[in-house]
Amino acid sequence: MANKRIDDATGVETVGHEWDGIEELNNPLPRWWLWTFYACIVFAIGYCVVYPAIPMVKSATAGTFGWTSRGALATEMKAADASRAGLRAAIAATSVEQLGADPKLLRAAIEGGRAAFKVNCVQCHGAGAAGAKGYPNLNDDDWLWGGDIATIHQTLEHGVRQPGDDATRMSQMPAFGRDGILTAAQVQDVVSHVRVISGQEKPSASAQRGAKIFAENCVVCHGANGEGNRMVGAPKLSDAIWLYGGDRATLTETVTNARYGVMPAWGARLDPVTVKMLAAYVHSLGGGEATPAPAPQAAPAPAAAAAPQAK
Amino acid sequence: MNAQDPTLGADHSNDLGLYAKRKSVFPRKTDGPFRRFKWAVMAFCLAVYWGTPWIRWNRGPYAPDQAVLVDLAHRRFYMFQIEIWPHEFYFVAGLLIMAGIGLFLVTSAVGRAWCGYACPQTVWTDLFQHVDRFIDGDRNAQIRLQNAPWTASKIARRVFKWGVYLTIAFLTGGAWIFYFADAPTLQREFWTGTAAPVAYATTGVLTFTTFWLGGFMREQVCVYMCPWPRIQTAMLDEKSLTVTYKHWRGEPRGSVKAAAKSPVPLGDCIDCLQCVAVCPTGIDIREGPQIGCITCALCIDACDQAMSKVGRPRGLIDYCTLEDAEHEEKGEKPTPILKTIFRPRTLVYFAVWAAIGVAMLFMLGQRSRLDVSVAKDRNPEFVMLSDGSVRNGFTVKLRNMEDRPRKMELALDGLPGGAIYTDEMEADEAKRLLALDVPADTTRRLRVYAVQPRAAARPADFAFTVKATDTEGGQDRAATTFTTAEGNGQ
Repeated sequence: MANKRIDDATGVETVGHEWDGIEELNNPLPRWWLWTFYACIVFAIGYCVVYPAIPMVKSATAGTFGWTSRGALATEMKAADASRAGLRAAIAATSVEQLGADPKLLRAAIEGGRAAFKVNCVQCHGAGAAGAKGYPNLNDDDWLWGGDIATIHQTLEHGVRQPGDDATRMSQMPAFGRDGILTAAQVQDVVSHVRVISGQEKPSASAQRGAKIFAENCVVCHGANGEGNRMVGAPKLSDAIWLYGGDRATLTETVTNARYGVMPAWGARLDPVTVKMLAAYVHSLGGGEATPAPAPQAAPAPAAAAAPQAK
Repeated sequence: MNAQDPTLGADHSNDLGLYAKRKSVFPRKTDGPFRRFKWAVMAFCLAVYWGTPWIRWNRGPYAPDQAVLVDLAHRRFYMFQIEIWPHEFYFVAGLLIMAGIGLFLVTSAVGRAWCGYACPQTVWTDLFQHVDRFIDGDRNAQIRLQNAPWTASKIARRVFKWGVYLTIAFLTGGAWIFYFADAPTLQREFWTGTAAPVAYATTGVLTFTTFWLGGFMREQVCVYMCPWPRIQTAMLDEKSLTVTYKHWRGEPRGSVKAAAKSPVPLGDCIDCLQCVAVCPTGIDIREGPQIGCITCALCIDACDQAMSKVGRPRGLIDYCTLEDAEHEEKGEKPTPILKTIFRPRTLVYFAVWAAIGVAMLFMLGQRSRLDVSVAKDRNPEFVMLSDGSVRNGFTVKLRNMEDRPRKMELALDGLPGGAIYTDEMEADEAKRLLALDVPADTTRRLRVYAVQPRAAARPADFAFTVKATDTEGGQDRAATTFTTAEGNGQ
């Protein structure tokens, strides 16, 4: 540069540029800075060699360490699985009925089930397991097939109406209206009766007619007083809980066409330990029933008549 | 070179660098009231630092028996009779504020007393300087050894001295970890190699910092690294005590011989440089107050000795306020020391400091040792049961801060007709009041269900109350709400 000169005040050479009379002194970089800079360059070269760094056409160079983010994730997952292996083995070795005997194991199973529920079950049953129309609320004390942990486990494992699974939950209500078993007026009478035994309507002439139809068509599964039957998955009709709804229009549709809800057989999709965990979690939600001693079954309630598949 | 260097204007070579090379400091041994006071403070500080974790304190079977323990793993802080939980951390914040205001108070009353006597950097630097004198001899011997070539004997001496440094540093760094775990147990684990890695790492780091900061950095920490001298510069006023060289009495300086020959009378300062020789930060106090002066007052001891020897009045260098210095210079009487210390500014600091302390003591006496908190389930907000009753789920936390298990009663306040049960009970066992055991020094977490019968179920505000049923009693409540389909558009 032409205009390089020694600055009077400092004795340092200028870089030679000048902007409106402003010049810059050519002071050397601080040495620590320079060495840090060189060290960074050396580090960067080493980094590019050992780690994936340089983008090629299809992927980046592999790096001599063979590190990949997927590999790192796999390692972490493996470590997490390993840390849980003991608990999983213990759960695998314990029958679902016996899980409650070890509070620590039960706690672990419930937490594992909570996680698995979030992945597999919330789509239908909701994040809080509160269900929706057609999908049962798992927090309450009303169970189609039974609320003790072994029964819940059975339902989970084999699902509901899963073809090809012999042990699947299968309830079969006739489509009374659609198949012409009952006339539309008869359906209305049965609905009246069901609404009376569930305390939603006052007794009426229609309900009295309905009681007769109920006794002829419905008591086989739903019981004389609409108390339901868990052996066949027939819902209790005299309680406050309705899987599809207890209003007249919904009940009419249910009696006319019947309902055929489904649930996957989780035993075929998930490993046995996870299914056990899910059973423990669902059982812990507040409606779980104690494991029955010899023979199960229960039923109270009044009146008699026909109806749908409220859970 | 300094700013008055006449050569600066002439040649433009840039030798007024930003970086001043450290001048080694070899403080001479001295004795006197301030030195003895420093000994006492040092002994006290080191004894407190090394001894505290080993004091035992009986808290019964459910709590550690270490008097001062910061139990990070279990999130408890024990200090003698006081146990602090994480949510009471404001007590620690209060202590820090008190420490801050305490420093203001001390600074405005007696200047940089913290720097001069109690600061760990000062205490450990002092300790290492004693090691220097013990191994290498006093100031002159140290300077000789510094300038001597690296012979085998010098290397041996240096290695030995640095070994002693390292031992002290290790003891210092190692002692720190005992504040965070049971000291005897940790000591056993430490030597058998079974202590937590963080214990070794902490010891290593603190050993290094003690070795480096106390053995080598020394006064540079005070002059260059520590922010406190800068803050203190702002804290000092004309009534703050500082170590002052009474230049009106000392100047012009000259030896006794020179004074005898001099045509004009000389001042009291005999220019013996003892004040410089004893200074642990290597400054010349006669240049006036400066940031390097930590007011350790060793120069006062040294100067008083010199003045006694030549038969001149002591106190040529003395603790003195700026205001008094001006008065004395004019020949007026200085303000009495008590009046200097108990002036409005220090009294205000003291009042604030004491008020925080009294408030904290009051709060310590008043704080509740049990507590209930409630989180209502939000999904689902309520559950309709088959008999038409409505259930709400809650997570209830019962906190027992006593070091013993307690019996408590969890009850409903409000919610007529309602009843509660936990997930460890059956629904038909629901009651309005549950008797529960809460383990010592623990928060017990419960799943509690509140149920209202069909007829009574409607949204309501209510509260959970908890009452300890032992003799000491105590109670707390947590307000929450009950939700039903009503008002939820369902």
